[in-house]
Amino acid sequence: MKFIDLLQTASSSMLRSKARTFLTIIAIFIGAMTITLTNGIGTGIKSYLNKQIGNLGATNVLTIQLTNTTSSGPKSASSAPAPYNPNQKIATTGGGREAQKQLLMTAKDISRIKSIPNILSAIPARAITPDYIMGTSGKYQLSLEQQFGTTTAQMLAGGGVNDNSSQNQITVPANYVRSLGYINNQAIIGKTVTIGITSAEGNQSTVTATVTGVQQIAVVGPSAAYANTALANQLYGIQSTGLPAAIVNSYSTVAATFPSNFTPTQITSLENELKAKGYTGQTIKDKENTIFTALNVVIIVFDMFGAIALLAASFGIVNTLLMSVQERTKEIGLMKALGMSPRRIFALFSIEAVLIGFWGSALGVGFAALIGKAVNAIGRHGFLKDFTGLSLLTFPLTTVATVIIGIMLIAFLAGTLPALRASKKDPIEALRYE
Amino acid sequence: MSTVVATKNISKTYGKGEAAFWALDNVSLSINAGESVAVVGKSGSGKSTLMHILALLDKPSKGSVLVKDKDASHMNGRQLDTLRNKHYGFVFQQFFLNENDTVLNNVILPLKIGRVGRKERNERGLQVLKAVELEEKTNSKAGALSGGQKQRVCIARALINNPSVIFADEPTGNLDSHTGKTIEDLLFQLNKQQGITLIIVTHDKDIAERCNRQIHIKDGRLTSRGDA
Repeated sequence: MKFIDLLQTASSSMLRSKARTFLTIIAIFIGAMTITLTNGIGTGIKSYLNKQIGNLGATNVLTIQLTNTTSSGPKSASSAPAPYNPNQKIATTGGGREAQKQLLMTAKDISRIKSIPNILSAIPARAITPDYIMGTSGKYQLSLEQQFGTTTAQMLAGGGVNDNSSQNQITVPANYVRSLGYINNQAIIGKTVTIGITSAEGNQSTVTATVTGVQQIAVVGPSAAYANTALANQLYGIQSTGLPAAIVNSYSTVAATFPSNFTPTQITSLENELKAKGYTGQTIKDKENTIFTALNVVIIVFDMFGAIALLAASFGIVNTLLMSVQERTKEIGLMKALGMSPRRIFALFSIEAVLIGFWGSALGVGFAALIGKAVNAIGRHGFLKDFTGLSLLTFPLTTVATVIIGIMLIAFLAGTLPALRASKKDPIEALRYE
Repeated sequence: MSTVVATKNISKTYGKGEAAFWALDNVSLSINAGESVAVVGKSGSGKSTLMHILALLDKPSKGSVLVKDKDASHMNGRQLDTLRNKHYGFVFQQFFLNENDTVLNNVILPLKIGRVGRKERNERGLQVLKAVELEEKTNSKAGALSGGQKQRVCIARALINNPSVIFADEPTGNLDSHTGKTIEDLLFQLNKQQGITLIIVTHDKDIAERCNRQIHIKDGRLTSRGDA
């Protein structure tokens, strides 16, 4: 028999006892739907987080700290205290039991980091704490960060700031637009805002900056405005006026940029190089991975429920096909007598199993997609209103294809026993069978 | 005249040792092209076993089967399958039709198995249905036919590959005498007009007497032979 004839014969014999086939398909349907839904939620959340993490800063930036060899981790009773090193400066962040010791870096560290190949720039990450931001009227609190590298934040209007510009530039989160006195996101682009900042000596002064873009409000991380180097330098200059030079020139964190087309392996080797020099570098992606690991565990647990459903369903396939083989004993005998090879008989029943798997999984995946669409539509106006841009359920084609092909494979395996039994039937016995 | 199929001292036993049952005991015969041969015997005489071995559905425990002077034991499974598919036709007492499928689809099953294309299949299907005068039932469900019509469908199915031999196992056993007669006529007409070798297993004396030759079998042994 040609493949198309096998397919057609298997299809029509599948439909011969509709109720039985339908029930077997239902079992697979449930398994396929569960797996697709859990993966859909996983993918949806991940892609949302991915976009959000873009709002946290550029992906081609390594946040570098001196590797702290003494303070972290549980200590055994026998471990000796770390010896004093006069060249090492230590700052304590936080207080009380939460306090963390942090080693501080100086200009020497920056030049060491800069000397590593592929590090394009290394800038101390300075905490800038402006007092307020003011548009046409009214002063509002603001958290401000320096934008390193190219922006990856999702811009609702305009673009990111330009680090090479000598002009003071800033991007603001979307929820600031109205407060700053503009009717919509477009209206504020190119306008000037005023930022108030107080020096260490207690004198407040103001700096102006041009708004280049409006960012989507981030759900992950703080909703900060981003400043270019010119603005950040000016603000930090005012803020640190009156501080001792030793404090101004030591930093807990350095932000280093690397080429934005770097592959993950290149980034890893860069991180290893930093490690060898005694620094710990982390990209946004590294932080993201920590979150994803936790998410993956949850998804795997849900997938296991789906897998159990599929396991039960595959026994359903075995059962259905064994009954089918029994019922069609005469037909199998006839086909063998008429010259059909055992291998083709095996193929015929295997295809029937795979078809059951295909219909069960295709319907399950399809139904899951419909549920996803409905949940996303309802969520957008209801329980997910605050998560702009979140599609809770996302079904990329690869996942859908993997689920369907995987289940067809399981169905094939389940079908081997009945198919083998059919292929081994003796035509004479089969023709005599009443 | 050329030999279509022959057996040389074949035996068939079931079981071993003391409990061994000899279904066939030292049977030698040869059937020529164009002959009509009746295998006659009581039930349990071994006539069905003999037919199964001649039709290459079963293998003898001892002895050899010669197909056109070639030893069948030297053929592999695929060659045997091809031989049965292309050169043999089968008509069974129990019809073995797929009742839910159309008459045409039942008839073209051997062509489907033999990997013949759809167009040719349907053409040849219509042709053989015409030969058994069932062309108006082409698209009816096989289950909706009468017993005689069903057996004619089976003959059409046996004919579709232009076989050189048709094996018929009690072809009229499930039919009333009138319909049985039409089926009988049809089979002998094919034998005379198309020269198809006919091997009929039967205990119906009328059919047996219409054949060129009768092979009588009792307790697995040939008892006497009719003359060609």
